[in-house]
Amino acid sequence: MSVELDVFVGNTTIMDKEVYQLWLNGYTVNDAVKVRIEGGVMEECEASAEVLLSDTMDQYRTFQMCERLLHHPAKLANQLLFQIPPDRQAMLIERYALACQFNSLDLVIIQFQTFICISLFRYYAFDDSFVREVLGKKLSKGTKKDLDDVSIKTGITLKSCRRQFDNFKRVFKVVEELKGPLVENIRQHFLLPDQLARDYAAIVFFANHRFETGKKKLQYLTFQDFAFCAGQLINNWTVGAVDNMMEDMDVDLDKEFLQDLKDLKILITDKDLLDQHKNLVCTALRGKTNVFNEMEANFKNLSRGLVNIAAKLINAKDVRDFFIDLVEKFIEPCRSDKLTSIDVNLYLTHYTNSAHILDTFKHHAVWTRYMGVIKSCILRMYHD
Amino acid sequence: MPGRLKAKIVAGRHLPVMDRASDLTDAFVEVKFGNTTFKTDVYPKSLNPQWNSEWFKFEVDDEDLQDEPLQITVLDHDTYSANDAIGKVYIDIDPLLCSEAATVISGWLPIYDTIHGIRGEINVLVKVDLFNDLNRFRQSSCGVKFFCTTSIPRCYRAIMVHGFVEELVVNEDPEYQWIDRIRTPRASNEARQRLIFLMSGELQRKIGLKVLEMGGNAVVGYLQCFDLEGESGLVVRAIGTACTLEKISTFPATATHPNNSSPSKDMKEPGFGEEAPGVPLSSGPPTPLRAQTFSSFSPSKSYSRQSSSSDTELSLTPKTGMGSGGSAGKEAGPLKALLKQQTQSALEQREYPFFTLTIFPPGFLLHVGGVVSARSVKLLDRIHNPDEPETRDAWWEEIRQEIKSHAKALGCHAVVGYSESTSICEEVCILSASGTAAILSSRFMQDGPLDTEHRLSQQPLCVFSAGSERVEGDMGSSASLGFEEVVSPGCGFCHIPYDELNIPFPAQLTYCYCCRRYKVPDVLFTTIDLPTEANVTGKGCLIQARLCRTKKKAQGEGNAMAISNLLPFLEYELHTQLMNKLKLRGMNALFGLRIQISVGETMLLGLASATGVYLTALPSPGGIQIAGKTPSDITYEQHISNMQKKINDTITKNKEQYEINPPEVVEEIIGSPIPEPRQRSRLFRSHSESSDEVSEIDLSHGKKDAFVLEIDDTDAVEDIHALLTDSPTPAGFYSCNTEIMPGIQNWTSAIQMFTSVRVFRLNANLTNQGLNKIFSDLCENLLKSLYFKLRSMVPCCLCHLNFTVAIPEDELIQVAVTAVAMSFDKEQTLENGKRSGEKTLIKAITENDEQLQFNLELNAESSSPNPLGSPKAPSVDYSSFADRCSSWIEQLKLKAHTIRRGSVKTTSSMEKASPLPEGRSRSLRSNRSYSGSSVAVVKMTPLSFIPGAKIIKYLGIINMFFIRETSSLREEGGVSGFLHTFIAEVFAMVRAHVAALGGNAVVSYSMKECVFMENPNKNQAQCLINVSGDAVIFVRESELELTSVQPQSATTQTSNGGEGT
Repeated sequence: MSVELDVFVGNTTIMDKEVYQLWLNGYTVNDAVKVRIEGGVMEECEASAEVLLSDTMDQYRTFQMCERLLHHPAKLANQLLFQIPPDRQAMLIERYALACQFNSLDLVIIQFQTFICISLFRYYAFDDSFVREVLGKKLSKGTKKDLDDVSIKTGITLKSCRRQFDNFKRVFKVVEELKGPLVENIRQHFLLPDQLARDYAAIVFFANHRFETGKKKLQYLTFQDFAFCAGQLINNWTVGAVDNMMEDMDVDLDKEFLQDLKDLKILITDKDLLDQHKNLVCTALRGKTNVFNEMEANFKNLSRGLVNIAAKLINAKDVRDFFIDLVEKFIEPCRSDKLTSIDVNLYLTHYTNSAHILDTFKHHAVWTRYMGVIKSCILRMYHD
Repeated sequence: MPGRLKAKIVAGRHLPVMDRASDLTDAFVEVKFGNTTFKTDVYPKSLNPQWNSEWFKFEVDDEDLQDEPLQITVLDHDTYSANDAIGKVYIDIDPLLCSEAATVISGWLPIYDTIHGIRGEINVLVKVDLFNDLNRFRQSSCGVKFFCTTSIPRCYRAIMVHGFVEELVVNEDPEYQWIDRIRTPRASNEARQRLIFLMSGELQRKIGLKVLEMGGNAVVGYLQCFDLEGESGLVVRAIGTACTLEKISTFPATATHPNNSSPSKDMKEPGFGEEAPGVPLSSGPPTPLRAQTFSSFSPSKSYSRQSSSSDTELSLTPKTGMGSGGSAGKEAGPLKALLKQQTQSALEQREYPFFTLTIFPPGFLLHVGGVVSARSVKLLDRIHNPDEPETRDAWWEEIRQEIKSHAKALGCHAVVGYSESTSICEEVCILSASGTAAILSSRFMQDGPLDTEHRLSQQPLCVFSAGSERVEGDMGSSASLGFEEVVSPGCGFCHIPYDELNIPFPAQLTYCYCCRRYKVPDVLFTTIDLPTEANVTGKGCLIQARLCRTKKKAQGEGNAMAISNLLPFLEYELHTQLMNKLKLRGMNALFGLRIQISVGETMLLGLASATGVYLTALPSPGGIQIAGKTPSDITYEQHISNMQKKINDTITKNKEQYEINPPEVVEEIIGSPIPEPRQRSRLFRSHSESSDEVSEIDLSHGKKDAFVLEIDDTDAVEDIHALLTDSPTPAGFYSCNTEIMPGIQNWTSAIQMFTSVRVFRLNANLTNQGLNKIFSDLCENLLKSLYFKLRSMVPCCLCHLNFTVAIPEDELIQVAVTAVAMSFDKEQTLENGKRSGEKTLIKAITENDEQLQFNLELNAESSSPNPLGSPKAPSVDYSSFADRCSSWIEQLKLKAHTIRRGSVKTTSSMEKASPLPEGRSRSLRSNRSYSGSSVAVVKMTPLSFIPGAKIIKYLGIINMFFIRETSSLREEGGVSGFLHTFIAEVFAMVRAHVAALGGNAVVSYSMKECVFMENPNKNQAQCLINVSGDAVIFVRESELELTSVQPQSATTQTSNGGEGT
């Protein structure tokens, strides 16, 4: 004796938010039922475990049907298969709509959109701990195969890992060939909220350049740290950053700029220039910090480090090591000298500005463009 | 050549990828009607083709217009091999043929393939030009309106109710033709779909002809069914009630409301009405109008008789005698004679005093006798000549005759709430018909007094002017007419129509508890809805009797015999169960009774569903008394008293739950014709002495005799068990299978229609009891699941809970439920408060966008904590959601303005109006800008109304038939995944077609067929679904109020407005 078939279809699709999250988190039906039982929904509604199981399976099926649409969010808006109810919880939109004198038709549209918004967010949302594991890795089948390790390490179910990974891959595939600003493209194609779109842009950017993020020395950095840095790089170092021409792409770094960076080497190769630079910085710093001596002693070392990073960026291979280089060549020395982030900020500000005063140094534009990003990245990364 | 059908193919979207190499599709469209086919150009390499075709014109007979669907096929062009079909759209153009329904079909319709399901959508425009002389063509019946609704549709007024119409057509089932062995499943499914479309078209046309012959202009309560007889063929049959309807023209909002239809439509309507002769649309005194109708239309004998009718004194109708009490017997004699006469006439034999209506305008239904039903078991044989479906006709005639004679035995001249159904297993077919014997008002009848009764069937029965509007004082006027003196409308229908001294079945009669004048029975079973004017104490609830009986496998004649022998027992037991459950709930009447008997190879299933209520006019039901046979045994005695206590407790609890507190009345002793009750009461008393718990209950149950269950036989134990296993509905829920629930009025606008299907596999070798328990649990669990699913709607009532059982194969039981959950406010004031609040908000509007946006962000900020709080909460910053929404809302607002300016059919017009940026770039802006408007909400409900809203227009009948098949069952999520998707697709297609007609809701929706077959070993499954309903446009009452209060804001209202759920 068994239930062979059990379906429930409403004219308006009923979606339980709690179950949706469980599904997203990759719980099996049985595990989800357990969680729900613990949540006390049974006592609340005089239901039995059987009823709960039936409901959960039904919800999971609905989500699976929805999933196909969620992969192409642009289709979601005018799909006909699901008549999705206004989210009763989204009262704020309703109140807003009333206040706007929207008549009920508009209300429906807005509520519908809200619902889509929310389900999309949830679907495309990811776990920081997961993304930290795959950040900078090639979004390939090989990486996907290793997801079970990631799953064990992070404690996130394999199903959920796969969904998140597939989301990254899907977004990557779509925007890879698109022209125009990266974040905007993601926002429009996947109807994602701004912040989430930025995060995806960072993931795509990291995956494209295969930045190394997994080394032990980088473990202390969070995804948000990297996402911030990626934002800086996208906004300043890509082709799209300088001239906002439509045909340019946001995903790749500006080759010309990278080429020009080689010219900065003069700051460390020219002995006079190096000394002059050091003097200017030291003069400016003197008396403003209590780690002045360490800064003075380390100046040449640090400067060499930063300029060498710049000079190497023309090689794609070295681009990958950008973050590890920053940590090894700058952050670690500073940290061992016990510089506070205020000290670092002070140092970098004067280091950048002083170069402009050097008479023989001509590459001001490149220097500003380079140091602006380096400074904000280092400051973001300078924590425990 | 009285009609020109025009179709235009505008665009497609979301098409599937047909060319793997390019990930694109080269789509073109074939438009076919009858034998004519047109093609569009190929739109190369796009998943969103813009064909923008010319108007394809088909010049056709109106007969074909009624029979044939417009068939649109989307194909992928292939230079080297055959073109691949993407999918099809069948468009029923019947709604366009009626002047008062839709004028254009325009919108996005899902492209459907029987193997792949929905594959994208197509935007089409369809129009029909009819020529004015259409009514001279005898073979067509254009202009006759069809309604699934089993009451006089809102916004119409009934001028006349003519009576029963029926028709059936038969054909060979393409699935069983020899050619099916060589063609693909797709071709076979499509042949079937098309055939059924054709057959229903033909059926509707033929019924329309009958209606025109009778002088009517509409069919109400139209019920069309399919019998898939397998080898022996396919039968499509329909019944309905012919009426002459008149549109209530004084509807206040039609004029002021700008959106109920496009202006051109509005102009067309009255014109058309006048142009169609013989369709009496114009208002005026009904009598001359009717005469006119008949003289112009009546070739048949019955009409000539009718037209010779003269005005007669109303008080002379036999019903007058009826009303004065106890004299019904006098009429019985002549009535019988007349009915006999009637049956002798071959012509008249075809006509029956049956009505498929279940809700009646006040004053129409005078007395209700009780449920009448008839069943017969038939052996199917191949239908040899599809043009003369005589056998099937004869079968149904037999049954209808039986029903008629049953009604007669109850002293009734009519059968209301009439329906017919079949159950087929292999070559055995059970035909069932049931209805409620009743006496209807004859107060506007013009025939001679004696003629009246036996002519009810074929002649206009009465004229009343109620429509959906409840006419106050209607009964008062009837009283003044002198034939139901001072009968309150709340109890009149309960008064017995039969002769007290000659009761056809054992019943206990008492004087009516309302008026104390007339006799009423102790319980009343009916198939109709609860009359709105009925006096009811407390609330009602769904009552089900469920029964399973095993049967030996047999063949042919023997099998039919075995089933015939089992049927009476099955019915008896169902009846007993219903009675027990009714008493357990402390109620005394059943409405909407529907008994379904389903036959399988090794078992018979019986499911009776009804809504129990406590009619104030009827006596309070006695309790249930358990009596043991061996009272000497102490443990046994204890066991019995325990059970008795349980039962009594349940009754008390139920009375509380359903708020049944009938006013105490002094019992009047009436000489009961049956001596048995006295004995019962004795038993009851003797028992109450032995158990002290009972004595307490004794009072609450009044002095009525208890219903005695003797526990010595196993059946009784089983019955008691079944009684007690019914779990109570959870708090906040009510359920009924009728349209409305007594005692609940303040519905909110939140409605949720749903379909739930379960299939249960049984173990072999189960006993009857085991089977019963399983079946009962299956239904109970299904209900529990529904309550759980819909918990967010509490307080709510599941209305029109319609269970359908089937035995798809041996050891499988299938239960399908379609119903609507409607939530209501606990207190009336709440709703009022909310509405006025809404109004003030709308009044206090500000057009300052910036300020508004600011508002939103504020709100969002304050109320956007991560709603989950789980440790693995996603890293999305939810506050940014506000940005997103605000930009959306900006867009939407813009769009909203466009909508207001544009027409109602936002979808198509919007899409067409805006320049299509397809070629520009892959930018999605254009796509997104459509997003909101293209998904208009279409409500669906099995009820004939939408709470809090007014139906302002009926757009035509929706009658769709789909087949879905798969040979990759596992990949589609197993049987559940497959059926879930299919049902969702069916809903989507119904919604899309309604939206294309310009409607925003389907009322009286029902899923009449859901035949599911699977073969998991082969990874295959097939399902057939047939749905129907009435497409309508409704307007919220709050909006109506607004329009009247603030005419300037009327421009911002759209009829598409529905608040979501």
